[in-house]
Amino acid sequence: MTSGVQERRAGAASATVVAGGGVRLGAVLGVALLALGAAVVASLALGARDVAPQAVWQALVAPRPGDADHLVVRDLRVPRTLVGLLAGTALALAGALLQGLTRNPIADPGLLGVNAGSSLAIVLGIAAGLTAPLATVGAALGGAAAATAVVYAAAQAGWEGATPVRLALVGAAVTAAATSVVTLVLLSDRRTLGEYRFWQVGSLDRRLDLGALLPVVGPCLLLGVLLAALSTRLLDALALGDDVARGLGHEVVRGRLGVVVASVLLCGPAVALVGPIGFVGLVAPHLARAVVGPAHRGVLLLAAVLGPTLLLAADVLGRLVARPGELEAGVVVAALGAPALLLVVRRGRAVG
Amino acid sequence: MSATTDVPARVARGPRTVRRVAGRRTAVHAALAGLLLGLALLALLLGELRLTPREVLDGLLGSRVGGSAFVVRELRLPRLLLGLLVGAALGLAGAVFQAVLRNPLASPDVLGVTQGASAAAVATLLLGGLSGWPVVAAAAAGGVAVGVTLQVLAGRGGAAGQRFVLCGVGLGYLGASVTAYLVTRADLRQAQDALLWTTGSLGQASWPLVRTLGLALLVLVPLVAGLAPRLALLQLGDASATALGARPERTRALLLVLAVLLAAAATAAAGPVAFVAFLAAPLARRLLADGSAALAGSALVGAVLVVGCDLLAQHALPGDVVAPVGVLTGALGAPLLVWLLVRGPRPA
Repeated sequence: MTSGVQERRAGAASATVVAGGGVRLGAVLGVALLALGAAVVASLALGARDVAPQAVWQALVAPRPGDADHLVVRDLRVPRTLVGLLAGTALALAGALLQGLTRNPIADPGLLGVNAGSSLAIVLGIAAGLTAPLATVGAALGGAAAATAVVYAAAQAGWEGATPVRLALVGAAVTAAATSVVTLVLLSDRRTLGEYRFWQVGSLDRRLDLGALLPVVGPCLLLGVLLAALSTRLLDALALGDDVARGLGHEVVRGRLGVVVASVLLCGPAVALVGPIGFVGLVAPHLARAVVGPAHRGVLLLAAVLGPTLLLAADVLGRLVARPGELEAGVVVAALGAPALLLVVRRGRAVG
Repeated sequence: MSATTDVPARVARGPRTVRRVAGRRTAVHAALAGLLLGLALLALLLGELRLTPREVLDGLLGSRVGGSAFVVRELRLPRLLLGLLVGAALGLAGAVFQAVLRNPLASPDVLGVTQGASAAAVATLLLGGLSGWPVVAAAAAGGVAVGVTLQVLAGRGGAAGQRFVLCGVGLGYLGASVTAYLVTRADLRQAQDALLWTTGSLGQASWPLVRTLGLALLVLVPLVAGLAPRLALLQLGDASATALGARPERTRALLLVLAVLLAAAATAAAGPVAFVAFLAAPLARRLLADGSAALAGSALVGAVLVVGCDLLAQHALPGDVVAPVGVLTGALGAPLLVWLLVRGPRPA
């Protein structure tokens, strides 16, 4: 306990020395980026068919047509790794934004109904016979946007506006309602369950046509990252309470709407790409906060690196433990992330 | 803005306000109890064999033997009582979690108790090929195991419950991903059975099950009720509570143990009837609007939700769809909560 307090004081002291804090954040980010690089290389090289690093490099810069190794790397592993990078970053950022916005440490990217809205749209789509990957992604995006619009409108409609507690409650309620409908469909239609259960577990291996998807997903993610970057000061102020944030000159209502929009722009495409792997978005911000403290600039930056690292590591591990089969990344993320979360929480610095 | 307009209202509260709040509490409790009674009566009357009130009464009092008495006593009454007990237990557990942990999202669904029970039950169903009592026992064990792990990991030390909540969420994700994994690997028909269990259903109601759950509640509910006054003190904050003679850490730990046991018992009996534990307390708090933890109100709301939704699920769905109760608790309870949030009275 006392050591925790001392550590926290030490952290606060180093944060006040601006230069020192900057150096520390830079060093931490550097280490995290190295870990991410290692995860990317592993994701390209390892799997049911291991490819030597030189062959990976050759496959990327000078592919030989007909070479099986090069084919595996270019057609399977590169898209998969790209999906992991995009989704991991987006989920981690969305989680950090929502934890800051609702001041609730258990907020995950699914909090505002994004996951539930996507799930509902996808289930209805499958039940109606739309099983093409592109249709699934479209349904997921539309469902996410619709659910969040309902959540925000309902939370904003009452006499006190969209306070953190109301956002969280309405989000959880909409999730409850959507999940109920999903369950009803799945129980009455076995064929839909057969398709949906594989989406629901969460995986990077969806064989998506990235060329067709990126023009849709890319701008959403970019805009989301931009909005997230713009909202760090607002989130720092909101941590002190709405009134203090107002006193510091922030437009609380408009800023909050911006953060909500950012989290949907980030989380919607991510869920569409990999399925509802919300846990990445819960764990990454906590890990980041434990290392760099509660200021949102550091938390967002570090979480954006830790998220994809965790997701890719989980994916690679899933390929290695069940060779020649695979464990879905969604399963492994929880197995990796839960102990990490428990460890951080036990050390007592996650609550920030 | 809300805070500034709130403060004068709170300061200006006099004896008259206190009396009005108490009156409202009695009225809301009475209305909920009346609603529950009406629903219970309907549950006994309705069904494939439509009974008259006279037949139901005869069946209940045991003054007649035969078809209608059998239907009432062996089929409808156990199902009704199971729904009542499960709803009350889940509602109470959710209210205790939310009040103790001071987190409106806290409930057995979020803290991993449900997921632990589900993972254990689904493993028993899919890997062991078992059903019936072994599943009940496994679910109870799974829920309690999560509770014990939580106590070990986060029971000690301050942080006012945040640590407990986060550890619970982590364990919950772990349990949920085990369940999802098992479901993807299972035969499709079995996967649907597992899904049915994880939705929560009263279909397996029987007297032994009702008796077991009733016995558990007979022990747990009075213990929670005994701690309720101290919980009210905790709502004032730890410093004030300590000054008034409560021991916050110990009270919290005890209440959390009791809530885990309540949730585990209910989940073992009927599966995790979706979202009852999460929805009951905020619904009750907004109906009462007196700023209390609304323990009794939450138990009543939970029972009304489960019994009412089971009625609808059995008789009101279009076609001949008979859904498990857990499908409707979320679909009906959630819009109600949203409506109360938008339209409801200001919580005091």
